[in-house]
Amino acid sequence: MKVTITVNGKTHENDVEPRTLLVQYVRETLGLTGTNIGCDTSSCGACSLHLNGESVKSCTVLAVQADGGTVTTIEGLAKDGVMHPMQQAFMDNHGLQCGFCTPGMVMAAIGLLNENPSPTEEQVRIGLEGNLCRCTGYHNIVKSVLACADNK
Amino acid sequence: MAGSILGNRVLRKEDPKFLTTGGVYVDDLLTEPALVGALHVTYVRSSVAHGIITSIDTSDAKSMPGIVAVLTGKDLGLEPVPSAYNPAATRTLLATDKVRFVGEPIVAIVSNTREQGEDAIDAVIIDYDVLPALIDLEEAMASTTLLYDACGSNVVFDSMVLGLPDNTGDAYFADCEVVVKGRYLNQRVAPCPLEVRGAAAAWGKDGRLTEWLSTQHAQGAVAPLAAANGVEESMVHVKTPDVGGGFGAKIGAYPEELLLGVIAKRVGKAVRWRETRSESMVGLGHGRAQLQYVTIGGKRDGTVTHYQLWAIQDSGGWVDMGTILAPFMTRPMSSGVYAIPNIECRTTSVVTNTTPTVAYRGAGRPEATAAIERAMDMFALEIGMDAVEVRRKNLIPKFLTPHTTVVGQTYDVGDYETSLDKALVAADYKGWRAKQKAARDSGATKQIGIGVSVYVEITGGVGNGESAKVEVLDNGHALIYTGTSPHGQGHATSWAMLANEQTGIPIENIELVWGDTDLVPIGTGTMGSRSLQQGGNAVFAVAAELVNKAKSVAARLLEASEEDIVLDKDSASFHVAGTPAVAKTWAELAVAEKQAGGLVHSDVINVSGATFPFGAHVAIVEVDVETGKVTHIAHTACDDAGKVLNPMLLEGQIHGGVAQGVAQALLEEVSYDSDGNPITSNLADYAFISAAELPSVTVVHMETPTPVNLIGAKGIGESGTIGSTPSVQSAVIDAVSQFGVKHIDMPTTAEKVWAAIQSAR
Amino acid sequence: MIPAPFDYKRASSAAEAISLVSEYGEDAKFLAGGHSLLPLMKLRLAQPAVLIDIARIEDLSYIRDAGNHIAIGALTRHMDVEKSPILAEHVPLLSFAASHVGDPQVRHRGTIGGSIAHADSASDLPATTLALGATYVVQGPNGTREIAAADFYKGFLESALAPDEMLTEIRVPKMNGATWGFQKFNRRAQDWAIVGVAAWKRGTESGVGLVNMGSVPVLATSVAKAIAGGASIGDAAKLAGAEAEPQSDLNASAQYRVHLAEVLVRRALESTSK
Repeated sequence: MKVTITVNGKTHENDVEPRTLLVQYVRETLGLTGTNIGCDTSSCGACSLHLNGESVKSCTVLAVQADGGTVTTIEGLAKDGVMHPMQQAFMDNHGLQCGFCTPGMVMAAIGLLNENPSPTEEQVRIGLEGNLCRCTGYHNIVKSVLACADNK
Repeated sequence: MAGSILGNRVLRKEDPKFLTTGGVYVDDLLTEPALVGALHVTYVRSSVAHGIITSIDTSDAKSMPGIVAVLTGKDLGLEPVPSAYNPAATRTLLATDKVRFVGEPIVAIVSNTREQGEDAIDAVIIDYDVLPALIDLEEAMASTTLLYDACGSNVVFDSMVLGLPDNTGDAYFADCEVVVKGRYLNQRVAPCPLEVRGAAAAWGKDGRLTEWLSTQHAQGAVAPLAAANGVEESMVHVKTPDVGGGFGAKIGAYPEELLLGVIAKRVGKAVRWRETRSESMVGLGHGRAQLQYVTIGGKRDGTVTHYQLWAIQDSGGWVDMGTILAPFMTRPMSSGVYAIPNIECRTTSVVTNTTPTVAYRGAGRPEATAAIERAMDMFALEIGMDAVEVRRKNLIPKFLTPHTTVVGQTYDVGDYETSLDKALVAADYKGWRAKQKAARDSGATKQIGIGVSVYVEITGGVGNGESAKVEVLDNGHALIYTGTSPHGQGHATSWAMLANEQTGIPIENIELVWGDTDLVPIGTGTMGSRSLQQGGNAVFAVAAELVNKAKSVAARLLEASEEDIVLDKDSASFHVAGTPAVAKTWAELAVAEKQAGGLVHSDVINVSGATFPFGAHVAIVEVDVETGKVTHIAHTACDDAGKVLNPMLLEGQIHGGVAQGVAQALLEEVSYDSDGNPITSNLADYAFISAAELPSVTVVHMETPTPVNLIGAKGIGESGTIGSTPSVQSAVIDAVSQFGVKHIDMPTTAEKVWAAIQSAR
Repeated sequence: MIPAPFDYKRASSAAEAISLVSEYGEDAKFLAGGHSLLPLMKLRLAQPAVLIDIARIEDLSYIRDAGNHIAIGALTRHMDVEKSPILAEHVPLLSFAASHVGDPQVRHRGTIGGSIAHADSASDLPATTLALGATYVVQGPNGTREIAAADFYKGFLESALAPDEMLTEIRVPKMNGATWGFQKFNRRAQDWAIVGVAAWKRGTESGVGLVNMGSVPVLATSVAKAIAGGASIGDAAKLAGAEAEPQSDLNASAQYRVHLAEVLVRRALESTSK
């Protein structure tokens, strides 16, 4: 089936099998491998990206469901070589180690602040409930998100 | 630059890539020329825990769309391979006769796309004669049903075969005023790196195999790959892409990885493999899985005089590395931080019909620490003394020259009481005890628990040293080649800091090469918290030698004597003492030395031994006594890892270690039903801890440098895990000890806590 | 990890969706947000031959004040239920419960209709709408009909929906100042409830729904009857397990579930949230 999806500002038209997951589409069809796959039960959030401005788990969205939609992946955040403030905050606060959960975590974190620009630490922790990280213990991820908040 | 870069909070060089395009993990190698058009391998796995394979029918699967080949062990002519830890145990890399755990690979499907491979799994029909599944450790130990007949027993390793004595039982405690016994299950957990296993294999026109592998130790994979593929080691080239976490479980190469070259050769094309998480939860090795019988004895004044531990290690369905962690890691550390004059420790490793066990963050030391710390708590409870005071009474006093415990392990340096005091102060131990009392007095629903652990562990015990090569290029930039294998630890930054300290070359001009066995043939990888003290140490030493070499080149160019040449690290250039205006940069020296083989130095730098980081953790929990629900509300960690290179990275290692340790104490456990079917085989069922279940961690710094390496550093990768688990478990029990509860096995789930209160009341 | 192959059809109206499902019969499944169905398909625990994507049907995503009740379109996402000012004013229990479904990413995709039609007793919204005395509007080839939530749940993942019917609207009575509580007891924030309780109380009137206390969402009628008869909350809550048939599983024994239900029902009814 033919789908038209705008990814990181560029519109793509591709033929996909209906069963193609959005995460496969961005990774394999478009070659945007920043978005990762960490599980098969919508649990880990490594595949998080933005669909129509909101964070979603792209392993649980079919590419055909995103037809006509707008997608932002980790690769679409930096502008003119300058990192998005959330990316910079993750760097400044050592919010990543192996980097595998990081793209999904950053996308989820941006989504979190879009909906609640001044969260408490507890709200950040609960807001990231759907994104798992095995390296950082979340401490510095939470710190990174709080560093980007309006109430920091 | 003013002063040394070492000890500073330097941001990671590697981060911009991870944050903007993501790392390049093995499954991201879409444009790698040798892998373009590679076929996909999907393994069909055993659905029974224990059985004899009676037939394998691949005919339907072969005719499905996109299927290139469906291969059994017999098709591939696989021969039995002995275990490195007990050669009587043998298996083929694809099970041909017997299966020993759910998830063991049996058939390899090769397909054009990954989807087609998944589609064909159900079309492979495997029949079994089902054997009794041995899941319970003690049942397996006693059973006449054997996993490996040639072993003659399900006990596949015992410390007694090392010539160590058996435990002597209760008689050992005859002179003790107080004796307390415990049976603790240090439960089976899943390492769960966010990136599951994956690999790719391609044969070159030169007859060499290139294998891309998500591993912690590329060099270690060469020999097993060569053996599996029937070629000389020189014909194997392992390349490590970015690795999304390992935690010990990616040290060894697995059958699914070793077979890719064989399969690629058979189908005449490159192949890729990436497991799903559901496969990973049964295929990637598990950790811990140790049953402990503990007896502790001593005097009513709090002095512990006797300690006896029988550690029964669950090896799972293969005699893998987990088998030897109990005798070689748990046993040597069984004395913990205490000066206990009499210790007996026997270890027994047993195969069961479960996923094989391997190293997992801490690997044998968390088990040792959990046992002695739990025993100390029970001893304290029995004599009615504060658990901190019992510990204090028995701690080994501060020592700055080697100390040997009665189990024969020599520790480098230690100052346990200071770490305990620092942690207690930072955690406001006294304040929490007051709050606890108030909650108890008021009979509140939410009760407070306080847990303290003091630990010592062993790091850098793997390998005697490490290789390093430092090369300065024509543009004055440097390349560091290291035998360690970062997968989150930040070696690109740390090793650059060490090289910068010696050479003055700015860290942004220093790149790291690792995990490629052609470029770095000698290496012991990253495991056992060894990297900085061995790999970093080697970089530090080799860079210093390179500076000496550069000085001789500069002396030649400046027509001066070598002793008069000085390196100005601020400008990264060499000049004759007293005449800084005439200087030679690293670039100029590299160009000058080009004909003579370049400005490069490499060596293998040995260290004089392992190091023994230590520390103390204080955990505060709140327990809802009506439901048993535990909330971890505060955690303080004082971890002494010797000289600190980059405190930001050190803290990151502690945070992550603590989270994994807390996860074991509170939530995570791999479970099987009585038939050996895994019931925690995905991340919805397995309670992988999230941000919402954890507090922020208070890190208290303490530095007692070690003499065993040049930089004074000990390992920090596993300390957080080792120290945190017992403190959290202890806190949970402490919260409900007022009702008569003496012990709750991990994970201390709400139901277990609730049930413990019910049965104690 | 990847679903088995299927045909994909897109419906632009409820009528078209129903005509498609009539055509393909039992082999077809509706796809809304996909957050109940796709996880099962990825593990190949569900392998429908046809997916009928209803997510693009106009006018099935809304939250409207309809006088004595609030009407919620079946395609309304959890996040919209959670953030709705209308629900915050009139049915705060439902928006609060919706904020506990899955995680934020799930709530951005999953829909209230999908969750109810999936009829999973472990989901939060079936039991919550049951407690609230909701009515579900379903559309089939012969028009629409209303099903009381109390009559909807028939068995494990089974509902009163005929194969050719589609849930289109959820009607939830206004709470009119009732106090309420929602208690979700789980291991991790993102997990399904081990036991969940949605409850409201207004004088001697009350409604109590239980999550994951049997193969279907449970309406704890004995508790409500006891409250109506003047029992204290504490005494009434002891009847929480009367209608439940909980299972023992990885996360809890049946006995513990009953105990939890009693504690959580008490806490939910004692709550003074309005």
